[in-house]
Amino acid sequence: MLAKSDDRPRPTGSGKASRKGPSLWMMAPAMAFFAFFGLVPLVGTFILSFCDWNGLGSPTFSGLDNWTSVLQQSSMYHALWLTILMCLATFVVQFPLSLLLGVFMAGRQRYRAVLAVLYFLPLLFSATAIGIAFKNLLDPNFGLSSALHLDILQQDWLGSPTLAFWVVIAVVSWCFIPFHSLLYQAGARQIPQSLYEAAQLDGAGRVRCFFSITLPQLKYTIVTSTTLMIVGTLTAFDLIYVMTNGGPGDATRILPVDMYLQGFKSNDMGVASVIAVILIVLGLSFSLVLNRLSGSDRMESQMEGM
Amino acid sequence: MARAAAARQRPNALGGALGFVWLILTIGPIYYVVVTSLKSQADYYSSNPLGIPSNPTLRAYRTVLQNDFLRYFFNSLLVAVVTVVVVVAISLMASYVIVRRSSAIARLSQRVFLLGIAIPIQATIVPVYYLIVQLGLYDTLPALMLPGIAFAIPITVLILVNYLRDIPAELYDSMHADGASDWRIFLSLVLPLSKPAITTVAIYDALNCWNGFLFPLILTQSENVRTLPLSLWSYQGEFNSDIPAVLAAIVLSCLPILAAYIVGRRQLVAGLTAGFGK
Repeated sequence: MLAKSDDRPRPTGSGKASRKGPSLWMMAPAMAFFAFFGLVPLVGTFILSFCDWNGLGSPTFSGLDNWTSVLQQSSMYHALWLTILMCLATFVVQFPLSLLLGVFMAGRQRYRAVLAVLYFLPLLFSATAIGIAFKNLLDPNFGLSSALHLDILQQDWLGSPTLAFWVVIAVVSWCFIPFHSLLYQAGARQIPQSLYEAAQLDGAGRVRCFFSITLPQLKYTIVTSTTLMIVGTLTAFDLIYVMTNGGPGDATRILPVDMYLQGFKSNDMGVASVIAVILIVLGLSFSLVLNRLSGSDRMESQMEGM
Repeated sequence: MARAAAARQRPNALGGALGFVWLILTIGPIYYVVVTSLKSQADYYSSNPLGIPSNPTLRAYRTVLQNDFLRYFFNSLLVAVVTVVVVVAISLMASYVIVRRSSAIARLSQRVFLLGIAIPIQATIVPVYYLIVQLGLYDTLPALMLPGIAFAIPITVLILVNYLRDIPAELYDSMHADGASDWRIFLSLVLPLSKPAITTVAIYDALNCWNGFLFPLILTQSENVRTLPLSLWSYQGEFNSDIPAVLAAIVLSCLPILAAYIVGRRQLVAGLTAGFGK
């Protein structure tokens, strides 16, 4: 999706009078909204990162102060490391599961329809609802651990710094796998059945078909889904804030949480803006890398989709 | 052909097993929330968390409804409806221009919108807060609608552009040759033809808006402009030991969407898959 839309609009046919298309003014409202609340704040983030501002009153210029203080804090590197680790870990968990589930659901299994109805449910809940539900479910005294008397479940899931990080990854994946398997399901349904028939005639088994047909054909969906997965994790503020508030200690304090706490709890908007800039750079680099990886055969994959 | 090919294959055991495990993981937590919301406080502390309540009670639901739940519900509804209507209308207009014009400005705009997807735009929340305060909108419902609209535009435009590209250029050209104006073409060609795509983006934007937590948390503070996700958060503080009530609030906040899902499931899933799967 992302790669495809980067392509130029199709030429508008051979009409005579219609050469120019509709007035640019029709684009103005969307552009104005996006510029005012998207682009201006984007620039504003950079500017505010050089200012002192407590959220009240007006910002005052303070030069590189915020930057030097943030870059000297070990907590920032910790948050940055956690963020990257969380992006990678949620990807490693979500990618194979949503791919396999999506491909499975694109098939003709008997209970597929029922499964699809239920799989979709986590998509409907707000991150707040999911966060609160899991927080209670994982409560060491009244949650899951007291329901099933298994030693391995007797843990203070969100209270232990090492466990909490992985629990958060599991819950983030729980939230987003349904959406991504939906993408893969849609992608897999568009693969021409004739490819599989030909492969079967050649004696290819299911695994062979998966790696030689399904996976390459889904290349394009993989890029879309991976981009959304990573940006999703980069902005997974609500879920983490509700479940752990960045804790215990700073075990789950990834950059978006750090940004919120520094800005709106410690009233240091300058420092929050520095973190925001780092977050923006991180997001841009991820998507540039992804685009580079997929860029070479962009046109080809576009034609396949037609 | 396809059917025959599928029938020849053995059942997908691995897929089936994985699908089953995931099913349990999906409905397990949901089951827990529903079951617990039907328990009394005493039951919550004494019974098995996954057990069926011995004396199911709706007390927790009464508690929530007596605590302004409906007000938060209507706030959420108002914000979602306004946001979605505006986003879809202006994004469709923009997508129409992007698809039909090959000028540099149209192309540049498309790239700018794409940027909005590639970067985590929530990172611009501090200046957004500043803007809202400066506009005198802090702690009002429009404070949630305006940035909500702006942030939903990129993905909405993206999906609509992908869809509008598939409308044959000849249709536009012939209307144009008949002397129809831009608006006339927009209203009687683009709008009706893009209904499926509009449904998709409307659902997607509505879900995001309905479930949004960051904007309400940062841009409002009073109870009278509180939206549902934030109300869950504050119920958690208010009813600090009444877990069944907190979970009942979760169930109540999901019910409208669940109802919509049951009514429009086919369209919803088909729309989302078509909108993103291309």
